[in-house]
Amino acid sequence: MRIDLEPRAGRSRIAEWVAPVGALIAAMLIGGLLVAALGKSPVQAFFVYFVDPLTEAWSLQELAVKATPLVMIAVGLSFCFRANLWNIGAEGQFIIGGAMGGWIALLTHDGVGQSVLGSWWIVPAMLAFGAFCGLLYALIPALLRVWLGVSEILTSLMLVYIAQLFLDYMVRGPWRDPKGFNFPVTVNFDPVATLPMLAPGGRLHAGVALALIVALAAALVMARSLFGYEVRLVGSAPRAARFAGFSESKLTLAVFAISGALAGLAGICEVAGQIGQLQPSISPGYGFTAIIVAFLGRLSPIGILVAGLVLALTYIGGESAQVTMKLPFYLTGAFQGLLLMCVLAADVFTRYRLVIQTGRRA
Amino acid sequence: MIEAPVSKDQAAAEPLVRIRGVTKRFGSFTANDNIDLDLFAGENHALLGENGAGKSTLVKMIYGLIAPTEGTILWRGAAVALKNPEEARALGIGMVFQHFSLFDNLTVAENVALSLPRTESLKTVPDRISDIASRYGFALEPDRPVWTLSAGQRQRIEIVRCLLQDPHLLILDEPTSVLTPQEAEALFGVLDRLRGEGRALLYISHKLDEVKRICDRATVLRHGKVVATCNPREESARSLAALMVGSQVKDVKAAADRTYGGERIRVDGLNLPAGDMHGVSLQSISMSVRGGEVLGVAGIAGNGQSELFAALSGEAAARDANAIRFDGGAVGADGVTQRRRRNAAFVPEERNGHAAAPDFSLSENVVLSRHAESGVTRSGFVDYGRAQNLAGSIISSYDVRKAGPDPAARTLSGGNLQKFVVGREILREPGVLIIDQPTWGVDAAAAAAIRQAILDLAARGAAVVVISQDLDELFEISDRIAVIHMGRLSEAKPAGAVTREEIGLLMAGTASGDARAH
Repeated sequence: MRIDLEPRAGRSRIAEWVAPVGALIAAMLIGGLLVAALGKSPVQAFFVYFVDPLTEAWSLQELAVKATPLVMIAVGLSFCFRANLWNIGAEGQFIIGGAMGGWIALLTHDGVGQSVLGSWWIVPAMLAFGAFCGLLYALIPALLRVWLGVSEILTSLMLVYIAQLFLDYMVRGPWRDPKGFNFPVTVNFDPVATLPMLAPGGRLHAGVALALIVALAAALVMARSLFGYEVRLVGSAPRAARFAGFSESKLTLAVFAISGALAGLAGICEVAGQIGQLQPSISPGYGFTAIIVAFLGRLSPIGILVAGLVLALTYIGGESAQVTMKLPFYLTGAFQGLLLMCVLAADVFTRYRLVIQTGRRA
Repeated sequence: MIEAPVSKDQAAAEPLVRIRGVTKRFGSFTANDNIDLDLFAGENHALLGENGAGKSTLVKMIYGLIAPTEGTILWRGAAVALKNPEEARALGIGMVFQHFSLFDNLTVAENVALSLPRTESLKTVPDRISDIASRYGFALEPDRPVWTLSAGQRQRIEIVRCLLQDPHLLILDEPTSVLTPQEAEALFGVLDRLRGEGRALLYISHKLDEVKRICDRATVLRHGKVVATCNPREESARSLAALMVGSQVKDVKAAADRTYGGERIRVDGLNLPAGDMHGVSLQSISMSVRGGEVLGVAGIAGNGQSELFAALSGEAAARDANAIRFDGGAVGADGVTQRRRRNAAFVPEERNGHAAAPDFSLSENVVLSRHAESGVTRSGFVDYGRAQNLAGSIISSYDVRKAGPDPAARTLSGGNLQKFVVGREILREPGVLIIDQPTWGVDAAAAAAIRQAILDLAARGAAVVVISQDLDELFEISDRIAVIHMGRLSEAKPAGAVTREEIGLLMAGTASGDARAH
């Protein structure tokens, strides 16, 4: 018996969008088996994970808040992945963005430096500096690849741990709140250093709107601009891209800069909009989950908006499953990984047909 | 259908291979349609047809690579269903592919040993190679690493691999496409001996002169069907071509009296080190092409053609800006886009993945080489409407056949995609055109259209460099011909005043007194 993958003659537009939905269903079924193996009801788990969070106003808001960093990061990553460049270190760029943007909040704490200009500039400066530092941090693997041919996959991944330890050190050392009873956290940010809310009393901060704007702008750039064309061409036919006169090195730097900046922006939005201070850990793995979001959204900014909500659902559902069903939180991570595998497999099947040849041939 | 002229003793003899009613379908596409074919021991049988006529599909079925949808293949009178090439080889069927499967870093003997059963000792292989080489009268050093060998020598390795199995039927797929005229001559000698030993040869080609010279019978395929079986010696090259394409092939016409303008391309002592270990470095290349002139660059594959194209197109920039001048402007250090802005256009050899992005639509592929033009992009944004209009005019001017309004490039046949790519560049009315293998793997009608378009462009005053491994093509359209060999370009000679033999010797590197030639 021989198993072959034969390229399909044509690729239908419908299949391209049915595939991720099918992948989601497949992942749910396999996840159900996992839940059953843990001795719990898969049906109940399905409702806790995917239905209950959609039934209440507060959890819908929570959904948007959780989807915000995922969407921002994934939109940036889609530029890299489209160009066949693998930035696996968005988690690190997210942390650096949050830490360095947050640093401005610490520097201006208690009205410091606001005597001349006032305080209006603090939030924009935090956002800009967070994005800028995420950009610089992402340029490290990009430059290593361009100059020395080092695999960006490894370097970007390893820089995540450096970023985590950097933040951990800072909040335990130089940035620790002196009046914080020795807890490893910074002071709470001043109101002038936190993102405004979209509606009073709600949970939606300005970052949610920012994520929406980022996705729409990215959709326009990807579909209509020459830069978007360049990104798609380099990923689809690198030799043709060289023939078109596009420089692979410049493009590598550009897409890493974009994804780093957006991850950094997501980081500072999370810190200034959600957490309100710096602490040893500011991300439950958004930078990694965003990789799944990017693929589930078919590397298209609009698809990513939807996929971001789906993955945000697993975070919220996972938290309540932990409480109501005593399911381990790691199950959420396992499910997310499962989902990525299913999405990638579905992608293969939209491009190839599985042919199983037995000993006898027609 | 023309009747098969089978000789009397053949009619009496049982054919070695008898193919009856073989059909192969891929989805809705019928690659082979009800094929009948007999192969006899001791004959050299040509399988003629254009690209896409179904030749490869047919031989793949004979060699066990794919299974027929319908019909039977009989071997010595008994029906066989070959599951894989191993079974075909066990019967005594050998095949020499057009593209060699050799490991460049291994020696000749090691490459041959890889195709032998594991029980064979590597120590005995060099002797067996020498045996076969001396029996068929060719030279092959068992200890040479493959990357030091010419294409002709590499092909001999593949032939030796087959002969070690002592095949009754040897299939050769376009064996001369990578050879010099002299190397091809040597191959014909080997083939004559093989036939003399009573082996059957199935010789796939679209080079008609060659088939007329060495083949006893020819089966012509068109659109997957057998349209004729004939004695090629009794046919003219023209009548065979007409059988292949199903209509008379148009002659390409050059303007009666060509007038040349000023110098538009000048290359002076261009040096370019090889990009990688197996690449070719260009050494002091010089050329000068005037407006209205077509310069042909002949040469065997792998002698620096792609490197020369990359240097001229700007994909590989030279260190010295003055080494290349277009219309007097030094462009040697410029990239592709800057050279295009100087009204130069380029068509690389490989259509899919180099000249065009296979998964992109035709209109998106227009943007590929024309994004630097005003109108196609505006302040960083692509005007896809304009790109679609341009695609439309290329498609109608160059008769590009396609399915759907704006299909992906990969859905086009080779000839149609090549017409599109050539049209994309020529419709710009470039002053300089560099084109590599303009009609490689393209059907005869499309090839004639492309050559005519090149000549017409030159007649309108452009300077054209055509790099090609097809000598017929170069003699047909060039004003002057130069030969590239191991990264050096010979002096260009007027096409009317140089013979094929002279060009052949230059291609082999023997005429220049080059000490490194083997």
